[in-house]
Amino acid sequence: MAGSAPELEAVIGLEIHVQLSTRTKMFCGCELSFGDEPNVHTCPVCLAHPGVLPVPNEQAIRYALQIGLALDCEIAPRSIFHRKNYFYPDSPKAYQISQYDIPICGPGRLGDVRIHRAHLEEDAAKLVHVGESGRIHGSGASLVDFNRGGTPLVEIVTEPDLRGAAEAAEWARLLRETVRQLGVSDVNMEEGSLRVDANVSVRPAGSEELGTKTELKNMNSFRFLQRGIEAELARQREVIAAGGRISQETLHFDPRTGDLTPLRSKEEAHDYRYFPEPDLVPLAPTEEMLREAREALPELPAARAERYESELGLEAEPAALLAREPEVATYFEAVCEAAGAAAGDEARAVSPRMVANWVTGELTATLRQREAEEDFTDPTVPAPSLARVVALVAGKKISHGSGKQVLAALVEQGGDPDEIVEREGLAQMAADDGELEGIVAAAVEANPDAAEKVREGNQKAIGAIVGHVMRETKGRADGGEVNRLIRAKLGL
Amino acid sequence: MSDLLQLSVAEAAARISARDLTAEEYFAAWQAAAESDELNAYLWSLTDADVYEVEQGPLGGVPVAVKDIFCTEGSPTTAGSRILEGYRPPYTATAVRLLDRAGARVLGKTNMDEFAMGSSNENSAYGPVLNPWDRGRVPGGSSGGSAAVVAGGLAPCAIGTDTGGSIRQPASLCGIVGLKPTYGAISRYGMIAFASSLDQCGPLTRDVTDAALMLAALQGRDPMDSTSVGIEGGIAAPSREDLSGLRFGVPVQLDGDAIDSGVREVFEATLKRIEELGGEIAEVSLPSSELGISAYYVLAPAEASSNLARYDGVRYGMRAEVDGDLTEMYEATRSAGFGPEVKRRIMLGTYALSSGYYDAYYGQAQKVRTRIAEDFIGAFSEVDFVVTPTSPSVAFGLGEKTDDPLAMYLNDFFTVPMSLAGIPAISIPAGLAEPEGGGTRLPVGFQVAAPAFAEQSLLEAAYALEQGIGFEREVAPLRPWNGGAA
Repeated sequence: MAGSAPELEAVIGLEIHVQLSTRTKMFCGCELSFGDEPNVHTCPVCLAHPGVLPVPNEQAIRYALQIGLALDCEIAPRSIFHRKNYFYPDSPKAYQISQYDIPICGPGRLGDVRIHRAHLEEDAAKLVHVGESGRIHGSGASLVDFNRGGTPLVEIVTEPDLRGAAEAAEWARLLRETVRQLGVSDVNMEEGSLRVDANVSVRPAGSEELGTKTELKNMNSFRFLQRGIEAELARQREVIAAGGRISQETLHFDPRTGDLTPLRSKEEAHDYRYFPEPDLVPLAPTEEMLREAREALPELPAARAERYESELGLEAEPAALLAREPEVATYFEAVCEAAGAAAGDEARAVSPRMVANWVTGELTATLRQREAEEDFTDPTVPAPSLARVVALVAGKKISHGSGKQVLAALVEQGGDPDEIVEREGLAQMAADDGELEGIVAAAVEANPDAAEKVREGNQKAIGAIVGHVMRETKGRADGGEVNRLIRAKLGL
Repeated sequence: MSDLLQLSVAEAAARISARDLTAEEYFAAWQAAAESDELNAYLWSLTDADVYEVEQGPLGGVPVAVKDIFCTEGSPTTAGSRILEGYRPPYTATAVRLLDRAGARVLGKTNMDEFAMGSSNENSAYGPVLNPWDRGRVPGGSSGGSAAVVAGGLAPCAIGTDTGGSIRQPASLCGIVGLKPTYGAISRYGMIAFASSLDQCGPLTRDVTDAALMLAALQGRDPMDSTSVGIEGGIAAPSREDLSGLRFGVPVQLDGDAIDSGVREVFEATLKRIEELGGEIAEVSLPSSELGISAYYVLAPAEASSNLARYDGVRYGMRAEVDGDLTEMYEATRSAGFGPEVKRRIMLGTYALSSGYYDAYYGQAQKVRTRIAEDFIGAFSEVDFVVTPTSPSVAFGLGEKTDDPLAMYLNDFFTVPMSLAGIPAISIPAGLAEPEGGGTRLPVGFQVAAPAFAEQSLLEAAYALEQGIGFEREVAPLRPWNGGAA
């Protein structure tokens, strides 16, 4: 942070390119496939031979509709394809078919971020620069691989609603997870099937005006996205602190060094001479297509998190955490169901909130101690087992600490929670059991200094006595009960 | 020369089908005729293409001349341009495949104005085509080669493309029938694009019946062309004998001064002929059609500037040898590969689409286009057809207008509005007239336009009128080609 007088607020918008995982290309019948010999997936259409015409891929349109619906976008009844004209060998027609003033998906929202639009377009071919570095500088020649040329893309543009680098990366993860769950893209950032560019600017906190933005490209992981934005925000704050001005430019992120280098300034940017693509008719999804797209939508992370908050009473953070991946969500819901944890059912001791705490807290922590990644479609601790553990703790059959012990045993060797409790002698001592009272009395006697301090009003001092009881009971006593008994013994 | 060449396509196909005539004999006769081309009308002959084995069908055994704008797999296809010299497409245009499927065989590829930009065929990189009626004159354009081979006895029929008049105007100047169907009636797949929203394939034939026969084979929705729809119900041979009950609208905006007097006489005589046949002549108003040329010369070049950007020397066709970077290679290739008219239109179109000018040019021209289409819809609520001369003059001399692009553009004055409206229009030979300043009498075309997809009724009316005019009876037989003397 530059630390200059007016606090500078970050204003970030994202532009996301999603490669659709259709079987064929956007405007021809060539197969989509990665890693094959160059130029094997080509035809007269995607090589832009004279006389060829584009024919839109219906599957791509269906996928775009699903993305639009998942992002709560308005779907245009008739959207228009435009030509974006520019000369470069990665664009064989010398124009890209894209959408301009009437995209298929209009304004929408995902989480706290407004979506400006989402449109369909085709990807460019891949240039291979011959030479040692593989980069254009110092290369003697360039070759074109048209396999990727014409891959269907959905470009999603957000409003500048993000206020920090971490927030932007977190939101991008939510978007990735959302699109992944639609099953319309591999959304792999390293392979380029998900590409996230960021528009970054700063402005005095509280201001409504937007500052001059720069566009960051080539951040091919969420970590790099965050680092790139952080670096750019720091740079912009420094420039402004030094009395300078931000100039509008495109910056290229170098993952090796973390440096941002200018690509080209917008002043010399192309005039793309957009005009309506005369080879295509307006894109008008039928009612049936829209209905099918709606029906194909799974429950998506944002909606699921919303439901966890409103119906299950979860806090926002655990709700989002549990809702993001469908496998985790399914597991969580299975545990709730097994524990009989219906919302608002006060008769039951187990609440969804408790289950959420166990899944995101104790279970995650226990599992993390192992090297292997947890596969929630085949969980290490079956849902009914975890449900039983939570129920035992909630019903005060075992203490919280014992519950963690049972869980550790389940992770290590599996088995039945009740048998583990029995075997390990973890059953909680009943409150009305004279044994616990005896132990408490002994503990108070053994810690006269602490007892005196508690009597004088030092609440923290009780810890020593509680600790004593817990050691004696091997954790089988309920903490709350122990506290109550100690205070009673001390006449408080 | 064989009597076989006198047969119309319909007659020949019927005789072949009845086994009165073999396809081989008929084809050989036309092959010999085509080889005698002295008009520079053919660019490439496909006589070695004996791959065409299908001879069953409505066009069974009929040779067809194909404008060199249609891709033919493995055979030269240049669109009249140097930039595609040596290019052999890896696929065949839908229109050509449909002709093939109907039993026709490609006889050769015909010369044309480069990328279909021109009204005289003088913009071909491979030299001008000569008018068979007078070799000192142009055949019209851009489908000049296709018109000249049919008029000159070098092919029984041909296909061409019409963007602003490129079938109708050369048909008019060569004294044959030329039909531009409704936009979307015939697939554009494999037809090298000039202005995609206007380009349309169509037949050039000796008579209306042959035009109907070819349209029947060519029309249809093509999954490879999203803008194609075909003609519902297909096309049948026309048989109407009179014009009773039909109303023909003459635009009040038809400017007498812009039309040569000889052309005007033939036009007026044809209107009388319509009335004799029972038709009614009425005035219609097409107030925006005067702006047609202006709008057309914004829209067509705009689309062309984008369509022709792919000719960059990277993947096929010509590449200039330069010792320089990518931009220098692009510049050298396109400078050497395109002719002056193509360059002019690319620059016009690039300008019209430029940021800051788009609304004033392209946007405005689109509005004019919409108005012209609305004018026609209004007119067709009052009349069945709109009629005009096809061209304001008969065939003009080679080189006469090459230095004056605007004068050349005005050749399309009567044909462009129908292109902008996307409606079908046919040019049929209506008589002969002396050129301004005197000389041998030359053909005059009469244009009939109809509402979108009303091709069948258009062909019926044109057929009845053709019979009434009796053009062939008035004119010395053109076929076999007699050295251009009418």
